Amino acid sequence: MTRIGWIRLGVVVGAVLLLEVLCRTGVIDPQTVIAPSAMAVALFDLLRSGEMNADIASTLTNVAIAFVAAVVGGFAIGVGLHAVPPLRRAADPLLATYYAIPFFVFYPVLIALFGMNDLPIIVIGFLFAVVAMVINTLNGLDRIPPVLLKTARLMHMGPLNTALRVKLPSAAPYLFTGVKLAVAYAFIGVIAAEFILSTSGLGYSIAYAYNNFDNARMYALMLFIIILVTAVNMAFYVWEQNQMQRRRRPS
Amino acid sequence: MADVHAELKGVTRVYPAQGRQAEVHALGPVDLTLRQGEFFSVVGPSGCGKSTLMDVLSGLGAPTDGTVTFEGKPVRGDVPDGVGVVFQEDSSFPWLTVWDNVAFGLRRAGVPETEIKEGVAYALSFMGLESFAHAYPAQLSGGMRQRVCIARTLVMRPRLILMDEPFGALDQQTRLLMGDELLRLWRETGATVLFITHALDEAAMLSDRIGVMSSRPGRLIEVVETHWPRERDSRVAASDPFGHITGHLWSLLRTESLKAMGKSPAPESTPEAAKGPAEPRPFKKRPSNRREDAA
Repeated sequence: MTRIGWIRLGVVVGAVLLLEVLCRTGVIDPQTVIAPSAMAVALFDLLRSGEMNADIASTLTNVAIAFVAAVVGGFAIGVGLHAVPPLRRAADPLLATYYAIPFFVFYPVLIALFGMNDLPIIVIGFLFAVVAMVINTLNGLDRIPPVLLKTARLMHMGPLNTALRVKLPSAAPYLFTGVKLAVAYAFIGVIAAEFILSTSGLGYSIAYAYNNFDNARMYALMLFIIILVTAVNMAFYVWEQNQMQRRRRPS
Repeated sequence: MADVHAELKGVTRVYPAQGRQAEVHALGPVDLTLRQGEFFSVVGPSGCGKSTLMDVLSGLGAPTDGTVTFEGKPVRGDVPDGVGVVFQEDSSFPWLTVWDNVAFGLRRAGVPETEIKEGVAYALSFMGLESFAHAYPAQLSGGMRQRVCIARTLVMRPRLILMDEPFGALDQQTRLLMGDELLRLWRETGATVLFITHALDEAAMLSDRIGVMSSRPGRLIEVVETHWPRERDSRVAASDPFGHITGHLWSLLRTESLKAMGKSPAPESTPEAAKGPAEPRPFKKRPSNRREDAA
């Protein structure tokens, strides 16, 4: 590991240890925050009991559906907008201001439209993630060097061949960014939606534990979500590095 | 006179008005005949339509008027077989290895794999890239990447190679060495080369003939013969005729370059005056509305 890597690890470990000491010495009241070691023990017991399995499965399913729909839909919308410049110019300001809208205000509308089930949650996760994919798809297509498209013409490549063998790989780094953001946003959207409009899932379970002063369970679940999201992001990061490393200049 | 390989007759290119931008008459009318197997360079002031000329000749862009023929057949908006193009910008595919980059065109053309192997191996060794076959372009210097692009063109066995300032982004030493390699390539393949450059010395060093273009809309104002032997390299730059040729090119281009910069040439710089030994004149400061002048 590099020196920077050690420093980074040191900061994280130091912060956790500091929290541990503050909690154990009573500087921080256990009614407010429990010690990290107690969170880990509580999480271990909770997972071993199996009582969270259904909620974990429900959240992961919702995230997965929202994520896949956002990536596929966002890519398709991006390609479509890129192909029709007037539409693109019309949509640009809407895309740029999209994330200024707090989606959760639509929660009553979504409940009214879809009912009290998983669908409004998935829709919020999707809405949160899709535009990141659209923007990055457009970005990737915009940045294909024109000279590569000329090269494709020199080689007598048709539109489909050019799309698959030149445009797609050329835009790939931006598409990866879109995918990474989409997974993060899908998690945020789904878990936040579960807080307010669900009767199951991890977000709901945290809110439920909070309302019942069940600090051990609440912090255990928060720790679980952090570990889960970090693991998923790490997996995407490693995948991206494997795909993209050779295209970067060695530093 | 040698065989005609490619020909432009009365070719013009006008880019239509776009939005608030008025139409641009970029090129022509140009008449140009490329002889079979010659090395022809085109020099001209910036923005004179050199790249447009190449686009039209390669078939990447259609002329507004006039005709382009390659090996007796008309060219219009489609790249004929046997024409290879090397661009100024790096056009290697960053997601493919050097080997796959060079093999790319052959694969698209459906050439059998054994022939691809042979062809790529030859092109890589010709350009001195064997040991980089499995490297990715990002791992190579700018000069090496341009070699990859040349190898990718070479492997298709073009009979006419068009090069649009291929060494424009390289440093002077690398450019000279690449020029030597280009001459070797030209001799060994027997291809006709059209080489676009803004460097007068490069044109004088490499070419059999040099076409000098006017400022926009670009027309050919003179074609200069160098009379170099076919066996030659960058060392011709040390010979007497090289200085004469370069000087003559500049005398033709000076007026045009001034025009291209939006200035009217001074009366002394008419072609007649330029032929005689001109007295060095003090550098006149260009009127400018830039901030630092006001300060």
